Amino acid sequence: MSAWNVSDWGKCMKIRQEVKRKIVQIAAFGFSNSYLCNFAGGQLYKGRWKQFCNPGMNCYSCPAARLSCPIGAMQAVSGSMNFSVSFYVTGFVLAVGVLFGRAVCGFVCPFGLIQELLYKIPFPKKKLWKGFIYVKYILLAFFVLLLPVIHTNELGMGAPAFCEYICPVGTLEGGLPLLATHPELRKVVGALFSIKACILALTLVGCLAICRFFCKVMCPLGAIYGILNKISLYHMEVDKERCISCGQCHAECPMDVDPVKTPDSAECIRCGKCTACCPKEALALKFRFMDFR
Amino acid sequence: MDWNKGSGWKRQAARGLVFLAAAGMMAWGVYRGEMTVMLGKAVNVCLECIGLG
Ligand code: SF4
Ligand code: SF4
Repeated sequence: MSAWNVSDWGKCMKIRQEVKRKIVQIAAFGFSNSYLCNFAGGQLYKGRWKQFCNPGMNCYSCPAARLSCPIGAMQAVSGSMNFSVSFYVTGFVLAVGVLFGRAVCGFVCPFGLIQELLYKIPFPKKKLWKGFIYVKYILLAFFVLLLPVIHTNELGMGAPAFCEYICPVGTLEGGLPLLATHPELRKVVGALFSIKACILALTLVGCLAICRFFCKVMCPLGAIYGILNKISLYHMEVDKERCISCGQCHAECPMDVDPVKTPDSAECIRCGKCTACCPKEALALKFRFMDFR
Repeated sequence: MDWNKGSGWKRQAARGLVFLAAAGMMAWGVYRGEMTVMLGKAVNVCLECIGLG
């Protein structure tokens, strides 16, 4: 047997880190979507868990969903007759974000896992043009925060505009399974569904070509957690004395972040690929008082 | 060991303030009954979510 060298050690660390992360992602996906039998009849889970939000994106109209989607719930409450702001959901998202930042995206978001699996399918891989990462902030401000409050009907109720006009997660997880099992819904399919189906198709092709295309370009929840990455308890630290500027971390990053230059980048999903590949152990992801390196 | 200081006092203060505000918002939202509105929406098929809205 040949002796292990540094590169074997590096590969082993990377695999260990990725296996641990995948186990957490699959467990979170399973917990969020545990009512798989509902797909057969096309009904929704109606129990008490739906009073609580999922920290990641998971449509509450998905038959298997146990929890509520925070982006859908935020718009539903702020667009309702009685309320114009959702303190409960906004508070939940801020609390989760200030503790974990975008580690939620890297570890527990169900749609994050779906995108990572899609990216494994053989397809010409591309890099995203950097300017597109700002689209998600426009979607958050305009479709999630503004439109449900200002675009109301005569009863004072606003539509959940992001869900209605954009969200490919809802079309994939809720729309397609429900249309497949409900002939009466198929009869009312119109132009709006065609638009949303096109957005879904573009998103899926984007995810085949670009790692986490939806997270990078479109996700309003990722935009909120990304802003909170700057102050979150779980964060990245860089030992500049150890770093030899080899650039391996930047090359390895699925979100195109250079963690040495911008350890608090709003794009970093705290996946740990950079910390595992660094030959000098110059990067660490940790809570403020606890070292999880 | 020269880990860069990720947490200056301003960052810590911001973190504490946001967390307290978030906890207060959640409590206020629960108190005024937002969970019921959310549950009502989440247990029925959301026509907007599925693209029929
Ligand atoms: S950016 Fe959005 S979809 Fe992507 S992992 Fe984060 S919450 Fe999920
Ligand atoms: S900077 Fe590191 S932890 Fe952040 S997304 Fe890139 S590889 Fe993952």
